[in-house]
Amino acid sequence: MLRILLNALRTGVVTTRYPAVPSVPPDRFRGAPLLRPGSHLPPPGVCPVGAISEHFDHGQRRVALDLARCVFCGRCAEDPWADAIAMGRDFELAARSRDDMRIEVIADDPAGAAVGRTPDPDMQSARASSEIKRVLGRSLHVRHLDAGSCNACDWELTALLNPVYDVRRLGIDFVASPRHADGVVVTGPVTRNLETAVRRTVEAIPEPRVVIAVGACAASGGIVGVGYASAGGVDQILPVDVYIPGCPPRPEAILFGILVAVGRLDARRASSLLQST
Amino acid sequence: MIDSALKDALRTGAGSAIHEAGPRPSDLTLRLAGPGDLPAAAAVLMGQSMTLATVVATDETATTDGDLKVRYIFEHTGAGAPDRFVTLLASVDPSHPEVSSLTTAVPAANWHEREMQDLFGIVPIGHPDPRPLVVHDGWPRGVFPLRKAFDGTQRVLVEPANEFPHLVAEGEGVFEIPVGPIHAGIIEPGHFRFTSVGETVLHLDARLFYTHRGLEKRMEGLSPLDAFYVAERICGVCSVAHGLGYCEALEQIAGVEAPLRARLIRSIALELERLYNHVGDIGNICAGASFHYGTATGSRLKERLQQMNERLAGNRFLRGLVVPGGANLDLPDGLLRLLTVTLEDTLRGLDGLMGRIEANPSIVDRLDDTGVLQHEAALDLAVAGVAARASGVDRDARRDHPHGAFAGPDPTILNVATVPDGDVMARVTVRALEARESIRLIDEFARRLAPGPLRVALAEPLPGGRIGISAIESPRGEAVHWLRTDAAGLVDRYHLRSPSYHNWPAVALAAETAIVPDFPLVNKSFELCYSCTDR
Repeated sequence: MLRILLNALRTGVVTTRYPAVPSVPPDRFRGAPLLRPGSHLPPPGVCPVGAISEHFDHGQRRVALDLARCVFCGRCAEDPWADAIAMGRDFELAARSRDDMRIEVIADDPAGAAVGRTPDPDMQSARASSEIKRVLGRSLHVRHLDAGSCNACDWELTALLNPVYDVRRLGIDFVASPRHADGVVVTGPVTRNLETAVRRTVEAIPEPRVVIAVGACAASGGIVGVGYASAGGVDQILPVDVYIPGCPPRPEAILFGILVAVGRLDARRASSLLQST
Repeated sequence: MIDSALKDALRTGAGSAIHEAGPRPSDLTLRLAGPGDLPAAAAVLMGQSMTLATVVATDETATTDGDLKVRYIFEHTGAGAPDRFVTLLASVDPSHPEVSSLTTAVPAANWHEREMQDLFGIVPIGHPDPRPLVVHDGWPRGVFPLRKAFDGTQRVLVEPANEFPHLVAEGEGVFEIPVGPIHAGIIEPGHFRFTSVGETVLHLDARLFYTHRGLEKRMEGLSPLDAFYVAERICGVCSVAHGLGYCEALEQIAGVEAPLRARLIRSIALELERLYNHVGDIGNICAGASFHYGTATGSRLKERLQQMNERLAGNRFLRGLVVPGGANLDLPDGLLRLLTVTLEDTLRGLDGLMGRIEANPSIVDRLDDTGVLQHEAALDLAVAGVAARASGVDRDARRDHPHGAFAGPDPTILNVATVPDGDVMARVTVRALEARESIRLIDEFARRLAPGPLRVALAEPLPGGRIGISAIESPRGEAVHWLRTDAAGLVDRYHLRSPSYHNWPAVALAAETAIVPDFPLVNKSFELCYSCTDR
């Protein structure tokens, strides 16, 4: 017992001060891809999950990236596209609507500016959020719901409880019963075999409740997509309040998203992530 | 070369089969005269102390063969065993899709045959438990998603259905305890139906495949270079192992070999994956025994390793390091120094944690003699990895099917740790020994790193109609990958048999030696993945 106490004292405090102190990911970290407007951007086929799309408007090629779908593999930033796309280090990517996670630029025209498609402000979820803030206050107790994840997102949620992130210091905790929860964090694309369990668990949470989709699969279907066994994302089954991109999102990215959900931090717009020309 | 004793035995046991080499030159494939010959041929292989490695079904109705095929693939395991797979290949008539079930003779075939029935409609005649496995309630009858004619890109809606027939015991004072699929913690989904008398577990019926995403179907028709990203994401905590297994199978098809430096980096990544898993798992086992100091220490050590992973690979699960043809990122000296320092600290922390566990009688009492998996049961179920070695089964794919830095001339010697007891304590001990061995191996691999190329190019389209097979020792044990390209060089069929796939039935057996409140502890000591079982 004494040895345990001594060890604990010797270890000291290991807890991060994020979000009060910003977190800087390491050099190799693959965060949001930065598209350089006007550059020779890659064709959609480069992306193994279909996060990149293109269309032609008045003869201009426009390339769009869907951060909700992106698995941050970095393939689109490899040669020969390295001049057009770089993997940025931004990880605070949580958003309130799918539109906010879309980046669209004009390609192949050095004079082309960012299209910066203005996203429609999602009034529905904005209202829900203020209601949540009024009823739930600044603290949030959530239930985790694995809807068919590969377990990477799940382990990052577990990491939030370790001594380094210790989310309880921020009034956030994971509870065992949906009846005790203010909301749910969902991982995975919602498999067919879990669809009923997902619906029933969420219905068991008293309203108002917040639904947070964690990771590419939950946000959009990700690498799994839509198929005989997959719904292709949580919002195919239930309304989602906050989407957290990543494959998986690092623990601080999830923490950021949860704080966005309770209105303690502002969500980012993907259009602010354009690489300067 | 195939030894003549095995060939002679097979001639006697399964006379009319056609012998040929493959998929790899050291492997053997037997084309059986019909699916009825399977039991006799399998009996010969089991008599040679071979183990079931995997079972792969394919739909070839659209080819000139016009049939369904099943491949029961066996392997040698143990010290000094040859690196060889023996495939029993049987053609199945699509108008009458039946095979003779091997499950009563080869218990490890149980789930494989139920899966084949669900996904291909191939009926294993004589199977003792032919309940659905992969497709759950309300799945339309007569629809088989891995048949080529089935369009896998459309959702199949959930329809109302009767309750699943769980296998339970009945009698006076006997209780049924349903648990899951949604659990109280941050855990993957599965349903456990306990039958108990008081606290004692009489029987456990585990129902999985809730996270079945249809990933094998999803990969069909993709370029093998695109499908890699799916393989790497079948499981989070096995990302390196599954990515590497897929790459090795693909590189066989392409006829290329990753350069030495890449193979060393791949093996460093594989050992780092084992290390963060084992250290975290020891901590989580402490959680099952309510030893919170151990849980906090384990999670802190794991976090440190995952933060290092992010610095090495740009991803905390080491995704993006292994790619087809080699490694995508180099390990320069600065990062190697970081690696050395972190591993020294991890070793110190691990030794301290194991010391506290072993010196604490109230913890040792919970771990000793709890959740025993008998040696014979581990052999029968073809159990893999830590669970096998903790039941005295000397089996490790790094030695039995050399891959990464263990392949090639002058390979690294691996010390395989086995413990005979089969209880939770044995599985903790094996993990601690293996974590220390991983640290030693990483140090050795890092010292062997010499300048050289990182990657060889894989030209598209890849060669058509070829098969690749690989076996990788993931943190949970041997994973067997089977990949075939179609005529155009795209993915025709990919199958992963994860270690968890063979180990789940062993958890149910081990739980039957425990009391209900110890189930979380028993379960955590196996620490299996649902996602790479369910795919």
